[in-house]
Amino acid sequence: MEAQTGSDRVKRGLAEMLKGGVIMDVVNPEQARIAEEAGAVAVMALERVPADIRVQGGVARMSDPDMIQSIQDAVSIPVMAKARIGHFVEAQVLESLGVDYVDESEVLTPADMDNHIDKWSFTVPFVCGATNLGEALRRIGEGAAMIRTKGEAGTGDVKEAVTHARTLHGEIRRLTTLDDAELMAAARDHRAPYELVREVAETGVLPVVNFAAGGIATPADAALMMQLGVDGVFVGSGIFKSGNPEVRAKAIVEATTYYRDPSIIAKVSRNLGEAMVGINIGELRGEELLANRGW
Amino acid sequence: MRVGVLALQGDVREHLDVIESLGHQGIAVKYREELDNIDALIIPGGESTTIGKLADRFDLLEPMKKRIAEGLPTLGTCAGMILLAKATTGTRQNLLAELDITVERNAFGRQIDSFEADLDIKGLDEPFHAVFIRAPLVQSASDDVEVLAVVDGRPVLVRQDHIIAASFHPELTKDDRIHRMLMSSVVER
Repeated sequence: MEAQTGSDRVKRGLAEMLKGGVIMDVVNPEQARIAEEAGAVAVMALERVPADIRVQGGVARMSDPDMIQSIQDAVSIPVMAKARIGHFVEAQVLESLGVDYVDESEVLTPADMDNHIDKWSFTVPFVCGATNLGEALRRIGEGAAMIRTKGEAGTGDVKEAVTHARTLHGEIRRLTTLDDAELMAAARDHRAPYELVREVAETGVLPVVNFAAGGIATPADAALMMQLGVDGVFVGSGIFKSGNPEVRAKAIVEATTYYRDPSIIAKVSRNLGEAMVGINIGELRGEELLANRGW
Repeated sequence: MRVGVLALQGDVREHLDVIESLGHQGIAVKYREELDNIDALIIPGGESTTIGKLADRFDLLEPMKKRIAEGLPTLGTCAGMILLAKATTGTRQNLLAELDITVERNAFGRQIDSFEADLDIKGLDEPFHAVFIRAPLVQSASDDVEVLAVVDGRPVLVRQDHIIAASFHPELTKDDRIHRMLMSSVVER
Protein backbone atom coordinates (compact mmCIF):
# COMPACT_ATOMS: atom_id res chain seq x y z
CA MET A 1 0.00 0.00 0.00
CA GLU A 2 1.44 3.35 -1.03
CA ALA A 3 0.57 6.12 1.39
CA GLN A 4 0.70 9.82 0.52
CA THR A 5 1.02 12.36 3.33
CA GLY A 6 0.66 16.14 3.15
CA SER A 7 -1.72 16.09 0.15
CA ASP A 8 -4.25 18.85 -0.42
CA ARG A 9 -7.07 16.49 0.45
CA VAL A 10 -5.48 15.45 3.72
CA LYS A 11 -4.64 19.06 4.68
CA ARG A 12 -8.05 20.49 3.80
CA GLY A 13 -9.70 17.37 5.19
CA LEU A 14 -8.68 18.06 8.77
CA ALA A 15 -10.39 21.46 8.55
CA GLU A 16 -13.53 19.70 7.26
CA MET A 17 -13.51 17.63 10.45
CA LEU A 18 -13.43 20.79 12.60
CA LYS A 19 -16.60 22.21 11.03
CA GLY A 20 -19.36 23.24 13.38
CA GLY A 21 -16.83 23.50 16.17
CA VAL A 22 -15.01 26.02 18.36
CA ILE A 23 -11.23 26.44 18.40
CA MET A 24 -9.99 28.08 21.59
CA ASP A 25 -6.85 30.06 22.40
CA VAL A 26 -5.03 28.58 25.41
CA VAL A 27 -1.79 29.61 27.10
CA ASN A 28 -1.12 26.59 29.33
CA PRO A 29 -2.05 22.89 29.75
CA GLU A 30 -4.67 23.68 32.37
CA GLN A 31 -6.57 25.95 29.99
CA ALA A 32 -6.18 23.35 27.24
CA ARG A 33 -7.85 20.75 29.45
CA ILE A 34 -10.68 23.17 30.26
CA ALA A 35 -11.16 23.79 26.53
CA GLU A 36 -11.22 20.07 25.72
CA GLU A 37 -13.62 19.38 28.58
CA ALA A 38 -15.92 22.14 27.32
CA GLY A 39 -16.03 20.48 23.88
CA ALA A 40 -13.54 22.50 21.83
CA VAL A 41 -12.60 20.80 18.53
CA ALA A 42 -9.03 22.10 18.75
CA VAL A 43 -6.87 24.46 20.76
CA MET A 44 -4.54 27.23 19.63
CA ALA A 45 -1.42 27.15 21.80
CA LEU A 46 0.08 30.58 22.34
CA GLU A 47 2.00 32.46 25.01
CA ARG A 48 -0.21 35.49 25.24
CA VAL A 49 -3.79 35.87 24.08
CA PRO A 50 -4.35 38.82 21.71
CA ALA A 51 -5.87 40.99 24.46
CA ASP A 52 -2.58 40.77 26.39
CA ILE A 53 -0.47 41.32 23.29
CA ARG A 54 -2.38 44.59 22.81
CA VAL A 55 -1.82 45.73 26.38
CA GLN A 56 1.81 44.64 26.71
CA GLY A 57 2.99 45.60 23.22
CA GLY A 58 6.45 44.63 22.00
CA VAL A 59 7.22 42.01 19.35
CA ALA A 60 4.88 39.02 19.45
CA ARG A 61 6.55 35.80 18.25
CA MET A 62 6.03 32.05 18.00
CA SER A 63 5.51 30.44 21.42
CA ASP A 64 8.13 28.50 23.40
CA PRO A 65 8.28 24.93 21.99
CA ASP A 66 8.27 23.61 25.55
CA MET A 67 4.94 25.28 26.23
CA ILE A 68 3.46 23.97 22.96
CA GLN A 69 4.67 20.47 23.80
CA SER A 70 3.10 20.64 27.27
CA ILE A 71 -0.24 21.47 25.66
CA GLN A 72 0.14 18.65 23.11
CA ASP A 73 0.71 16.28 26.01
CA ALA A 74 -2.33 17.55 27.91
CA VAL A 75 -5.09 16.99 25.31
CA SER A 76 -6.17 14.51 22.63
CA ILE A 77 -7.78 17.10 20.31
CA PRO A 78 -5.74 18.85 17.56
CA VAL A 79 -3.25 21.49 18.68
CA MET A 80 -2.59 24.52 16.47
CA ALA A 81 0.10 27.15 16.93
CA LYS A 82 0.90 30.53 15.41
CA ALA A 83 3.83 31.62 13.26
CA ARG A 84 4.50 35.20 12.22
CA ILE A 85 3.43 36.24 8.70
CA GLY A 86 6.29 35.29 6.35
CA HIS A 87 8.36 33.62 9.08
CA PHE A 88 8.83 30.25 7.43
CA VAL A 89 11.42 29.10 9.95
CA GLU A 90 8.95 29.49 12.82
CA ALA A 91 6.61 27.37 10.67
CA GLN A 92 9.35 24.77 10.14
CA VAL A 93 9.87 24.61 13.89
CA LEU A 94 6.14 24.18 14.52
CA GLU A 95 5.99 21.43 11.89
CA SER A 96 8.89 19.63 13.56
CA LEU A 97 7.00 19.78 16.88
CA GLY A 98 4.11 17.98 15.20
CA VAL A 99 1.47 20.69 15.64
CA ASP A 100 -1.66 19.78 13.68
CA TYR A 101 -2.19 23.18 12.03
CA VAL A 102 0.00 26.29 11.70
CA ASP A 103 -1.79 29.65 11.89
CA GLU A 104 0.16 32.23 9.88
CA SER A 105 -1.23 34.99 12.00
CA GLU A 106 -1.56 38.77 11.93
CA VAL A 107 -1.89 38.62 15.72
CA LEU A 108 1.88 38.13 15.87
CA THR A 109 4.26 40.81 14.60
CA PRO A 110 4.79 40.25 10.85
CA ALA A 111 8.27 39.09 9.77
CA ASP A 112 7.94 39.86 6.05
CA MET A 113 6.17 42.97 4.80
CA ASP A 114 5.74 41.63 1.26
CA ASN A 115 5.48 37.86 1.26
CA HIS A 116 3.57 35.24 3.14
CA ILE A 117 4.95 31.74 3.73
CA ASP A 118 5.08 29.35 0.76
CA LYS A 119 2.70 26.90 2.38
CA TRP A 120 2.83 24.33 -0.44
CA SER A 121 6.31 23.32 0.69
CA PHE A 122 5.04 22.02 4.07
CA THR A 123 3.43 18.75 5.13
CA VAL A 124 1.61 20.46 8.00
CA PRO A 125 -1.51 22.39 6.90
CA PHE A 126 -1.90 26.15 7.37
CA VAL A 127 -4.79 28.40 8.31
CA CYS A 128 -4.55 32.08 7.33
CA GLY A 129 -6.59 35.18 8.04
CA ALA A 130 -8.50 37.14 5.41
CA THR A 131 -10.67 40.25 5.38
CA ASN A 132 -12.12 39.71 1.90
CA LEU A 133 -12.27 37.28 -1.02
CA GLY A 134 -9.10 38.45 -2.74
CA GLU A 135 -7.04 38.03 0.41
CA ALA A 136 -8.55 34.57 1.04
CA LEU A 137 -7.75 33.44 -2.52
CA ARG A 138 -4.20 34.79 -2.35
CA ARG A 139 -3.63 32.74 0.81
CA ILE A 140 -5.19 29.66 -0.79
CA GLY A 141 -2.99 30.32 -3.83
CA GLU A 142 0.02 30.16 -1.47
CA GLY A 143 -1.21 26.83 -0.10
CA ALA A 144 -3.45 27.67 2.86
CA ALA A 145 -5.77 24.72 3.61
CA MET A 146 -8.18 26.70 5.78
CA ILE A 147 -9.22 30.35 6.05
CA ARG A 148 -10.44 32.37 8.98
CA THR A 149 -11.98 35.78 8.57
CA LYS A 150 -9.81 38.04 10.71
CA GLY A 151 -12.19 40.20 12.67
CA GLU A 152 -10.23 42.27 15.17
CA ALA A 153 -8.44 40.00 17.64
CA GLY A 154 -8.25 40.84 21.33
CA THR A 155 -11.13 43.30 21.35
CA GLY A 156 -14.20 41.27 22.29
CA ASP A 157 -15.96 43.44 19.70
CA VAL A 158 -17.60 41.31 17.01
CA LYS A 159 -18.27 44.03 14.43
CA GLU A 160 -15.17 43.47 12.28
CA ALA A 161 -15.78 39.69 12.27
CA VAL A 162 -19.23 40.46 10.90
CA THR A 163 -17.86 42.89 8.33
CA HIS A 164 -15.28 40.42 7.06
CA ALA A 165 -17.70 37.50 6.85
CA ARG A 166 -20.30 39.61 5.05
CA THR A 167 -17.67 41.01 2.69
CA LEU A 168 -16.32 37.55 1.84
CA HIS A 169 -19.73 35.99 1.26
CA GLY A 170 -21.03 39.01 -0.66
CA GLU A 171 -18.02 38.95 -2.97
CA ILE A 172 -18.47 35.22 -3.57
CA ARG A 173 -22.14 35.74 -4.43
CA ARG A 174 -21.31 38.51 -6.87
CA LEU A 175 -18.65 36.36 -8.53
CA THR A 176 -21.24 33.69 -9.33
CA THR A 177 -23.27 36.23 -11.32
CA LEU A 178 -20.42 37.10 -13.72
CA ASP A 179 -20.07 35.61 -17.17
CA ASP A 180 -16.83 33.97 -18.30
CA ALA A 181 -15.55 37.07 -20.07
CA GLU A 182 -15.79 39.07 -16.84
CA LEU A 183 -13.76 36.72 -14.68
CA MET A 184 -10.31 37.96 -15.67
CA ALA A 185 -11.22 41.51 -14.71
CA ALA A 186 -12.65 40.17 -11.45
CA ALA A 187 -9.37 38.37 -10.76
CA ARG A 188 -7.53 41.65 -11.40
CA ASP A 189 -9.85 43.61 -9.11
CA HIS A 190 -9.61 41.04 -6.32
CA ARG A 191 -5.85 40.67 -6.91
CA ALA A 192 -6.46 36.93 -6.83
CA PRO A 193 -5.29 33.95 -8.93
CA TYR A 194 -7.52 33.58 -12.00
CA GLU A 195 -7.96 29.81 -11.66
CA LEU A 196 -9.25 30.18 -8.09
CA VAL A 197 -11.56 33.03 -9.09
CA ARG A 198 -13.02 30.80 -11.80
CA GLU A 199 -13.43 27.89 -9.40
CA VAL A 200 -15.29 30.05 -6.86
CA ALA A 201 -17.47 31.55 -9.61
CA GLU A 202 -18.50 28.03 -10.64
CA THR A 203 -19.00 26.48 -7.19
CA GLY A 204 -20.19 29.51 -5.21
CA VAL A 205 -18.07 28.51 -2.21
CA LEU A 206 -14.46 28.83 -1.08
CA PRO A 207 -12.47 25.68 -1.90
CA VAL A 208 -11.46 25.41 1.78
CA VAL A 209 -13.23 25.62 5.12
CA ASN A 210 -13.71 29.12 6.56
CA PHE A 211 -14.03 29.92 10.27
CA ALA A 212 -14.73 33.29 11.87
CA ALA A 213 -12.28 34.85 14.31
CA GLY A 214 -11.48 38.09 16.07
CA GLY A 215 -13.87 39.54 18.64
CA ILE A 216 -16.22 36.65 19.43
CA ALA A 217 -16.93 36.85 23.18
CA THR A 218 -20.41 35.44 23.82
CA PRO A 219 -22.57 32.45 22.79
CA ALA A 220 -24.75 34.84 20.77
CA ASP A 221 -21.65 36.19 18.97
CA ALA A 222 -20.70 32.64 17.96
CA ALA A 223 -24.23 31.84 16.77
CA LEU A 224 -24.34 35.13 14.86
CA MET A 225 -21.23 34.19 12.91
CA MET A 226 -22.60 30.71 12.23
CA GLN A 227 -25.87 32.14 10.93
CA LEU A 228 -23.85 34.43 8.69
CA GLY A 229 -22.55 31.26 7.07
CA VAL A 230 -19.09 30.51 8.47
CA ASP A 231 -18.10 26.89 9.13
CA GLY A 232 -17.02 27.35 12.76
CA VAL A 233 -15.44 29.86 15.14
CA PHE A 234 -12.15 30.72 16.78
CA VAL A 235 -12.45 32.25 20.23
CA GLY A 236 -9.28 33.89 21.44
CA SER A 237 -9.30 36.19 24.44
CA GLY A 238 -13.09 35.86 24.85
CA ILE A 239 -12.98 32.76 27.04
CA PHE A 240 -9.99 32.94 29.33
CA LYS A 241 -10.27 36.72 29.80
CA SER A 242 -13.83 36.30 31.08
CA GLY A 243 -15.08 35.80 34.61
CA ASN A 244 -15.89 32.09 34.35
CA PRO A 245 -13.98 30.38 31.52
CA GLU A 246 -15.32 26.83 32.16
CA VAL A 247 -18.95 27.85 31.87
CA ARG A 248 -18.44 30.32 29.04
CA ALA A 249 -16.39 27.87 26.96
CA LYS A 250 -19.09 25.24 27.26
CA ALA A 251 -21.83 27.75 26.44
CA ILE A 252 -20.05 28.96 23.31
CA VAL A 253 -19.60 25.36 22.11
CA GLU A 254 -23.30 24.63 22.62
CA ALA A 255 -24.42 27.85 20.93
CA THR A 256 -22.18 27.06 17.96
CA THR A 257 -23.87 23.67 17.48
CA TYR A 258 -27.41 24.92 18.05
CA TYR A 259 -26.86 28.26 16.33
CA ARG A 260 -30.35 28.36 14.87
CA ASP A 261 -32.08 27.65 18.17
CA PRO A 262 -32.61 30.89 20.17
CA SER A 263 -34.09 29.02 23.13
CA ILE A 264 -30.89 27.01 23.56
CA ILE A 265 -28.75 30.12 23.07
CA ALA A 266 -30.84 31.88 25.73
CA LYS A 267 -30.46 28.95 28.09
CA VAL A 268 -26.68 28.72 27.77
CA SER A 269 -26.30 32.52 28.00
CA ARG A 270 -27.72 32.65 31.55
CA ASN A 271 -25.38 33.43 34.45
CA LEU A 272 -22.16 33.29 32.47
CA GLY A 273 -20.43 35.78 34.72
CA GLU A 274 -18.55 38.72 33.31
CA ALA A 275 -17.62 38.80 29.64
CA MET A 276 -14.16 40.08 28.76
CA VAL A 277 -14.10 43.83 29.20
CA GLY A 278 -13.20 44.45 25.59
CA ILE A 279 -12.18 47.39 23.46
CA ASN A 280 -14.51 49.23 21.13
CA ILE A 281 -12.80 48.90 17.74
CA GLY A 282 -13.78 52.48 16.91
CA GLU A 283 -11.37 53.67 19.61
CA LEU A 284 -8.36 51.96 18.02
CA ARG A 285 -5.99 53.90 15.78
CA GLY A 286 -5.22 52.57 12.29
CA GLU A 287 -1.82 51.15 13.21
CA GLU A 288 -3.38 49.31 16.16
CA LEU A 289 -5.69 47.32 13.90
CA LEU A 290 -4.29 43.80 13.51
CA ALA A 291 -6.58 43.02 10.57
CA ASN A 292 -4.58 45.44 8.40
CA ARG A 293 -1.55 43.16 8.65
CA GLY A 294 -1.19 40.73 5.74
CA TRP A 295 -0.86 41.57 2.05
CA MET B 1 -35.18 6.11 2.32
CA ARG B 2 -34.44 8.56 5.11
CA VAL B 3 -30.88 8.59 6.35
CA GLY B 4 -30.00 10.61 9.44
CA VAL B 5 -26.54 12.16 9.80
CA LEU B 6 -25.68 13.12 13.37
CA ALA B 7 -25.15 16.87 13.00
CA LEU B 8 -23.58 18.05 16.25
CA GLN B 9 -20.18 18.75 14.71
CA GLY B 10 -17.98 17.50 11.86
CA ASP B 11 -18.26 16.81 8.13
CA VAL B 12 -22.04 16.39 8.09
CA ARG B 13 -22.56 18.07 4.69
CA GLU B 14 -20.29 15.60 2.89
CA HIS B 15 -22.30 12.61 4.13
CA LEU B 16 -25.61 14.29 3.27
CA ASP B 17 -24.29 14.94 -0.24
CA VAL B 18 -23.42 11.26 -0.77
CA ILE B 19 -26.82 10.15 0.55
CA GLU B 20 -28.64 12.59 -1.70
CA SER B 21 -26.55 11.61 -4.73
CA LEU B 22 -27.71 8.02 -4.13
CA GLY B 23 -31.32 9.21 -4.39
CA HIS B 24 -32.16 9.07 -0.69
CA GLN B 25 -33.26 11.77 1.72
CA GLY B 26 -30.56 13.02 4.08
CA ILE B 27 -31.59 14.42 7.46
CA ALA B 28 -29.25 16.38 9.72
CA VAL B 29 -29.99 15.08 13.21
CA LYS B 30 -29.64 17.56 16.10
CA TYR B 31 -32.62 16.68 18.28
CA ARG B 32 -33.68 13.34 19.73
CA GLU B 33 -37.10 13.38 18.01
CA GLU B 34 -35.30 13.36 14.68
CA LEU B 35 -34.01 9.87 15.46
CA ASP B 36 -37.52 8.42 15.44
CA ASN B 37 -38.14 8.75 11.75
CA ILE B 38 -35.00 7.48 10.03
CA ASP B 39 -34.11 4.20 8.27
CA ALA B 40 -30.36 4.46 8.78
CA LEU B 41 -27.88 6.58 10.74
CA ILE B 42 -24.45 7.98 9.92
CA ILE B 43 -22.08 9.27 12.56
CA PRO B 44 -19.67 11.54 10.68
CA GLY B 45 -16.04 12.52 10.99
CA GLY B 46 -15.24 15.26 13.47
CA GLU B 47 -13.83 15.42 16.97
CA SER B 48 -15.12 12.40 18.87
CA THR B 49 -14.75 14.09 22.28
CA THR B 50 -16.81 17.10 21.12
CA ILE B 51 -19.55 15.01 19.48
CA GLY B 52 -19.72 12.67 22.48
CA LYS B 53 -20.05 15.52 24.97
CA LEU B 54 -22.73 17.31 22.96
CA ALA B 55 -24.66 14.06 22.40
CA ASP B 56 -24.61 13.48 26.14
CA ARG B 57 -25.56 17.04 27.14
CA PHE B 58 -28.41 17.26 24.63
CA ASP B 59 -29.84 13.87 25.45
CA LEU B 60 -29.00 12.10 22.19
CA LEU B 61 -26.56 9.48 23.44
CA GLU B 62 -29.03 7.10 25.08
CA PRO B 63 -31.74 7.40 22.41
CA MET B 64 -29.14 6.76 19.67
CA LYS B 65 -27.76 3.80 21.59
CA LYS B 66 -31.26 2.38 21.94
CA ARG B 67 -32.08 2.79 18.23
CA ILE B 68 -28.80 1.17 17.18
CA ALA B 69 -29.30 -1.69 19.64
CA GLU B 70 -32.74 -2.26 18.11
CA GLY B 71 -31.12 -2.79 14.72
CA LEU B 72 -30.94 0.63 13.03
CA PRO B 73 -28.37 0.27 10.23
CA THR B 74 -25.49 2.56 11.18
CA LEU B 75 -22.25 3.77 9.59
CA GLY B 76 -19.54 5.55 11.56
CA THR B 77 -16.52 7.18 9.91
CA CYS B 78 -13.39 8.13 11.88
CA ALA B 79 -14.86 9.94 14.92
CA GLY B 80 -17.99 7.90 14.18
CA MET B 81 -16.03 4.68 14.52
CA ILE B 82 -14.69 5.85 17.88
CA LEU B 83 -18.17 6.77 19.13
CA LEU B 84 -19.59 3.39 18.11
CA ALA B 85 -16.80 1.48 19.84
CA LYS B 86 -17.14 -0.30 23.16
CA ALA B 87 -13.94 1.28 24.47
CA THR B 88 -10.97 3.47 23.59
CA THR B 89 -7.39 3.06 24.75
CA GLY B 90 -5.95 5.92 26.75
CA THR B 91 -8.90 8.31 26.86
CA ARG B 92 -12.13 8.38 28.83
CA GLN B 93 -15.02 9.74 26.82
CA ASN B 94 -18.72 9.34 26.04
CA LEU B 95 -19.30 6.35 23.73
CA LEU B 96 -22.29 4.55 22.25
CA ALA B 97 -20.55 1.22 22.89
CA GLU B 98 -22.67 -0.73 20.39
CA LEU B 99 -19.77 -2.10 18.32
CA ASP B 100 -17.63 -4.74 19.94
CA ILE B 101 -14.21 -3.19 19.26
CA THR B 102 -11.58 -1.32 21.22
CA VAL B 103 -10.21 1.67 19.33
CA GLU B 104 -6.90 3.47 19.57
CA ARG B 105 -7.38 7.18 18.77
CA ASN B 106 -4.87 9.09 16.62
CA ALA B 107 -3.21 5.73 16.05
CA PHE B 108 -1.10 6.84 13.08
CA GLY B 109 0.24 9.93 14.88
CA ARG B 110 -0.42 13.62 14.39
CA GLN B 111 -1.77 15.51 11.37
CA ILE B 112 1.58 15.36 9.52
CA ASP B 113 1.11 11.57 9.50
CA SER B 114 -2.39 11.77 7.98
CA PHE B 115 -2.43 10.11 4.56
CA GLU B 116 -4.40 8.83 1.60
CA ALA B 117 -3.90 5.42 0.02
CA ASP B 118 -5.61 2.72 -2.05
CA LEU B 119 -7.17 0.09 0.15
CA ASP B 120 -8.28 -3.45 -0.67
CA ILE B 121 -11.71 -4.08 0.79
CA LYS B 122 -13.33 -7.47 1.20
CA GLY B 123 -16.31 -7.75 -1.15
CA LEU B 124 -15.25 -4.87 -3.42
CA ASP B 125 -13.58 -5.64 -6.77
CA GLU B 126 -11.58 -2.45 -7.15
CA PRO B 127 -9.43 -0.82 -4.44
CA PHE B 128 -10.98 2.05 -2.47
CA HIS B 129 -9.10 5.34 -2.30
CA ALA B 130 -9.17 6.03 1.42
CA VAL B 131 -8.37 9.27 3.27
CA PHE B 132 -7.06 8.85 6.82
CA ILE B 133 -7.03 12.00 8.96
CA ARG B 134 -5.67 11.71 12.50
CA ALA B 135 -7.29 8.34 12.13
CA PRO B 136 -8.11 5.70 14.73
CA LEU B 137 -7.28 2.01 14.43
CA VAL B 138 -9.10 -1.00 15.78
CA GLN B 139 -6.90 -2.41 18.50
CA SER B 140 -9.03 -5.45 19.24
CA ALA B 141 -12.35 -6.84 18.06
CA SER B 142 -14.60 -9.64 19.25
CA ASP B 143 -15.30 -12.70 17.08
CA ASP B 144 -18.65 -11.19 16.10
CA VAL B 145 -16.88 -8.42 14.22
CA GLU B 146 -15.95 -9.00 10.58
CA VAL B 147 -12.79 -7.25 9.40
CA LEU B 148 -13.24 -5.87 5.86
CA ALA B 149 -9.96 -3.99 5.42
CA VAL B 150 -6.63 -3.61 7.20
CA VAL B 151 -3.64 -1.26 7.22
CA ASP B 152 -0.39 -2.77 8.50
CA GLY B 153 -2.36 -5.79 9.63
CA ARG B 154 -4.75 -3.76 11.79
CA PRO B 155 -8.46 -3.33 11.01
CA VAL B 156 -9.64 -0.03 9.49
CA LEU B 157 -13.04 -1.16 8.20
CA VAL B 158 -15.24 -3.49 10.23
CA ARG B 159 -18.79 -4.74 10.28
CA GLN B 160 -20.90 -6.25 13.03
CA ASP B 161 -24.44 -7.13 11.89
CA HIS B 162 -26.04 -3.80 10.94
CA ILE B 163 -23.12 -1.60 12.08
CA ILE B 164 -20.27 -0.57 9.76
CA ALA B 165 -17.31 1.47 10.97
CA ALA B 166 -14.41 2.95 8.99
CA SER B 167 -11.36 4.69 10.40
CA PHE B 168 -11.09 6.64 7.12
CA HIS B 169 -13.44 9.08 5.33
CA PRO B 170 -15.42 7.61 2.41
CA GLU B 171 -17.40 10.87 2.38
CA LEU B 172 -14.34 12.85 1.25
CA THR B 173 -13.89 10.99 -2.05
CA LYS B 174 -16.28 10.56 -4.94
CA ASP B 175 -16.58 6.83 -4.18
CA ASP B 176 -19.95 5.87 -2.70
CA ARG B 177 -19.43 2.14 -2.30
CA ILE B 178 -19.28 2.17 1.49
CA HIS B 179 -22.44 4.26 1.73
CA ARG B 180 -24.04 1.72 -0.63
CA MET B 181 -23.06 -1.04 1.83
CA LEU B 182 -25.01 0.84 4.50
CA MET B 183 -28.01 1.26 2.23
CA SER B 184 -28.03 -2.40 1.25
CA SER B 185 -28.23 -3.39 4.90
CA VAL B 186 -31.36 -1.22 5.14
CA VAL B 187 -32.89 -3.18 2.26
CA GLU B 188 -31.99 -6.50 3.90
CA ARG B 189 -33.95 -5.64 7.01
